Amino acid sequence: MPVSDAPLIDLRSAAFGYADRTVVSGVDLTVRAGEVVALLGPNGSGKSTLVRGLLGLTEQQGGEVRLLGVPRAELHDHTRIGYVPQRHSLSATVRATVAEIVAVGRLPHRPWWKPAGRTDRDVVAASIAAVGLADRADEEVASLSGGQQRRVLIARALAGHPDLLVMDEPTAGVDRASQDALAATLRDLAADGTSMLIVTHELDALRDVVSRIVCMDDGHLDFDGTPPQYAAHLAAHAPGAGHHHDDHHHPTRPAPVGGPFDAPREVHP
Amino acid sequence: MSEMLALDFMRQAFVAALLAGIAAPLVGTFLVQRRMSLIGDGMGHVALAGVAVGILTGSQPVLTALVAAVLAGVAIELIRASGRTSGDVALAVMFYGGIALGVVLIARSSASNPSNLTAYLFGAILTTSGGDLALLAALTVVVLVVTTVLRQRFFAVANDEEYARSAGLPVLAYNLVLAVLTAVTVVVSMRIVGLLLISALMIVPNATAQLLARSFGASVRWAVLVGVVSSVGGVAVSYEAGTPSGGTIVLIAIGLFLTVTVVTGLVGRARRAAHRRAERHDHEHGPRCGHDAVEHDDHVDYLHDGHRHAAHEGHYDEHGHHHAPEHDRPQEAGTR
Repeated sequence: MPVSDAPLIDLRSAAFGYADRTVVSGVDLTVRAGEVVALLGPNGSGKSTLVRGLLGLTEQQGGEVRLLGVPRAELHDHTRIGYVPQRHSLSATVRATVAEIVAVGRLPHRPWWKPAGRTDRDVVAASIAAVGLADRADEEVASLSGGQQRRVLIARALAGHPDLLVMDEPTAGVDRASQDALAATLRDLAADGTSMLIVTHELDALRDVVSRIVCMDDGHLDFDGTPPQYAAHLAAHAPGAGHHHDDHHHPTRPAPVGGPFDAPREVHP
Repeated sequence: MSEMLALDFMRQAFVAALLAGIAAPLVGTFLVQRRMSLIGDGMGHVALAGVAVGILTGSQPVLTALVAAVLAGVAIELIRASGRTSGDVALAVMFYGGIALGVVLIARSSASNPSNLTAYLFGAILTTSGGDLALLAALTVVVLVVTTVLRQRFFAVANDEEYARSAGLPVLAYNLVLAVLTAVTVVVSMRIVGLLLISALMIVPNATAQLLARSFGASVRWAVLVGVVSSVGGVAVSYEAGTPSGGTIVLIAIGLFLTVTVVTGLVGRARRAAHRRAERHDHEHGPRCGHDAVEHDDHVDYLHDGHRHAAHEGHYDEHGHHHAPEHDRPQEAGTR
């Protein structure tokens, strides 16, 4: 739990990108404790670059980034921002149980030479229970369904006792039963006061969980408001179009350049 | 066996085999996990250049090989961490440069003969000296202690490097330590297994362990067991049959892998036939699913329309009717 009432995330005209390319710029965003923020936007709009920037995985190229009240570079207690990556990062080259994966979330909390103690094991068990996988703690992760694997990754982040969970596309490619269980898990976490920043394409599955919606397009924020305001925004901007954010934001892309040996590529509308 | 053990060089060969059988699979686990199964091979190539320098300068080849392999290991990690697309080619240049230099230097040295080169490349039981053995034992202890203490951290970094980075773990440092341990293992194994076959003793026992284990911890223990059986057994067979030890060890390791593949395949099929999946339903059982939980041996079943459902892998198993003995089905052996 946050000790001060400083915002969890405080961005002032922040820019993020990779070595020679700025992907996201001019972002002002403040997330406070208790908020559940959905970050929407089409592919390539910079959502992932932004959240990866918060986590220190992409370079900060300008502006001010404060996490939990301190500049990002001075944040040493990294697990206070709990990262839940996309599922494909759960490598399946070797066997590993749910408990073994979740135990990784405890590692930053003890020095390298110290073996896991009783507290660590208790926290791991509680984190697995919190995502509803207690009866599968000793199963191999590779044998679980896609949605169950996402929940393993959530439990791993929870084991680090984060103030804020940052999730990258938690519901993408997950079957219906798992999506319900996943949404239930997120609802429980929200009810317990867990703050979350959720990158997603599918607002439907999370509609009753999120308290605020932020949209990105082409590296900038272009909407920030409550779910009802978002509905009004959609109605105003895309009459007759569907309910999905992707449906009306068409990124302008240059036509692909191809040589004589390139197969013709599909151009996004 | 007692005849073999009466020979000094055979006792030394068995100890060297035991050390290699322990060290190689311990390090190999993390290489398999990082999809770098062939990196030990490359380090072996570079180590040959180190061996050659040792022979030429009259110093201990084990020490010069260790220096060459450690330098190669650190270079590999730094090249990988730089993320350059040309990194792959840089590694190829380094590996082939190493083995080419080694072959040329060893051929030029007057103190050596062609069989010497073959022994380094493919392993020989006659080559381990008492002085080497003390050094190899010390290096094996280093590998054993470091992989035990840092096992969870190596696992974390290999399993999901990006998460490890976001959680503030020093990813590059752990990768460098692992690279140095791999180099140490190459040197520990080079006498018995040979520089061209070392990678096999790191990787093949781990492939076998993946078939036998159900958790990461168990797979490491299985891999060491399979590694020791292969290396010690290989040395014994090599003595009896007069074959090069490295090739013999690797063939035994592969034989074990194939046998285990067939047996676990058959057992898995029998288990699947013996256990029944419950019907699919659109929710997961848990404290709030509304179904009663009942204790069943070592686990909890959920009563679903009179059936007992038990979590198994990603699905539920049918554990039969509840309170209805006339319909009760025999307990399946393969379920849990």
